[in-house]
Amino acid sequence: MTPDFIIQTAYFAAAFLFIYGLKRMSSPVTARSGIVWAGWGMVVAVLASFLYVLDVNESAKPHLTTNIVLVAIALALGLGWAWRSGKKVEMTAMPQMVALYNGMGGGAAAAIAAIELFGYKTHGSIVLTMAVLGGLIGAMALSGSLIAWAKLDGRVNGTWRFSGLQAVNGSLLLVLLAMGGYTIVQGGEVSHAFIAVFFILALFYGVMMTMPIGGADMPVVISLYNAFTGLAVGFEGYVLQNPALMIAGMVVGSAGTLLTLLMAKAMNRSVSNVLFSNFGAAAEEEGEIEGSMKPADASDAAIQMRYASKVIIAPGYGLAVAQAQHKLFEFVKLLQANDVDVKFAIHPVAGRMPGHMNVLLAEAGVPYDIIYDMEDINEEFAQADVAVVVGANDTVNPAARTNKSSPIYGMPILNVDKARQVYVVKRGKGKGYSGVENELFYADNCNMVYGDAQKVMVDMLTAVKELEGGGH
Amino acid sequence: MLTGFVALYIFMLAAFTGYEIIGRVPSILHTPLMSGSNFVHGIVVVGATWALINAATPLEQAIGFFGVLLGAGNAAGGYVVTERMLEMFKSSDKK
Repeated sequence: MTPDFIIQTAYFAAAFLFIYGLKRMSSPVTARSGIVWAGWGMVVAVLASFLYVLDVNESAKPHLTTNIVLVAIALALGLGWAWRSGKKVEMTAMPQMVALYNGMGGGAAAAIAAIELFGYKTHGSIVLTMAVLGGLIGAMALSGSLIAWAKLDGRVNGTWRFSGLQAVNGSLLLVLLAMGGYTIVQGGEVSHAFIAVFFILALFYGVMMTMPIGGADMPVVISLYNAFTGLAVGFEGYVLQNPALMIAGMVVGSAGTLLTLLMAKAMNRSVSNVLFSNFGAAAEEEGEIEGSMKPADASDAAIQMRYASKVIIAPGYGLAVAQAQHKLFEFVKLLQANDVDVKFAIHPVAGRMPGHMNVLLAEAGVPYDIIYDMEDINEEFAQADVAVVVGANDTVNPAARTNKSSPIYGMPILNVDKARQVYVVKRGKGKGYSGVENELFYADNCNMVYGDAQKVMVDMLTAVKELEGGGH
Repeated sequence: MLTGFVALYIFMLAAFTGYEIIGRVPSILHTPLMSGSNFVHGIVVVGATWALINAATPLEQAIGFFGVLLGAGNAAGGYVVTERMLEMFKSSDKK
């Protein structure tokens, strides 16, 4: 068996394991084993790639020992840092962590392109096109993901934009494409300075693309950059004639694109709308809402739920910020013990990205079979005695159904207002992420339970326990 | 070897595979899945390793080092966070 045969076999196994793993990840029952299968694929591919040392280019032979040491150090540092940070990160901070790791992948793809171009290793217009495109997309994904991470992590605040920003970005992209095109036409024979400027501009473009986008839209952007990195990896795989990179990169490229479209659809926005317009700034005051917000005690709300037959809970990111999901589940178990039918209703964009809320509830131990997607549960609100909104706002705002002037008009929402009684657990009277006033809070069947979500949950627990302690 | 139409077929089939797998996923798994697909493109570390082993100048070595470092971070970090998230998904009949 030649080394090349072993390497190719390992890549074949890796490609199979990646696809099989992703397939298993598509159901909650098998998902855990899916990532483990894919993980083995990665281990096999990385181990096999050490066989590259047996067949190196003539020009690299004098440096082989140094290069092997460098590979070992880089692998150990990257693996060690990422493993530790990944074990440590809070579940609420998951979206920005995914952004960070994704940016690193984009950077690695751009690095491959840079070596190819700086070393004048690629010849032929197709290969050069792939190298240039992969480098451009990878560098954009690197700097863009870093900005996304910094914004979600609260390190960069606000959005900056100026009039004519889109024109600047548009011309920047044209310059990049022209420079790339020139490199291809010249057969790669361009100066080092030219290549350096190309990569610096590509990085700068990623920053300029991402800075004007607000935090609420960031998940869509992260998902888009995830798809971008996949494409860049696939293109560089072609340059290196590496089928594992080609297949894995393209699978992620298309899967990521679809995921981005699904997310944007759940938010009632198009991807171009997310990228090129500003959401928060468009939200102006849209007239007075009739009625008033009526406060209620946590204990009253809790006791009403204890005697209800059907309760639906609509959690939002505020729940996780208050770290109240454990107390909430304790309360839910108490209700279940009293034969109350409790279900969770998850809006597609609850949390900071689709599915994020499910992860946060799973962390608290909530079994996934009492958690329902919006389309599966929206009909049931009409039969619910009580609907509880915890830390959510825009996703339950009926203005999305009725008020055409509202910026969230047309977004699908959870029909909590159809329940007989609605309780909204909320810290204060503030507006949601979109900056829109919520009509639900003024509705006749809605009462506000003000306070920190965790404290409110403790009060609710105590109220029901005292009731039972007092002999039914 | 993998040039021209062969490469094009590989890209096309891989793209459909990705589309089909994600299309049927329930939205409760979207976050872990995004993270899982993020892990899969961590395979780029293999390409970066090849590039660094074949580096002939200090500039190439520096960029290659950077590439392997980032690629390893992508793969390892992507695996750890995905595994942590998926490990938490439990059904109520396995109490």
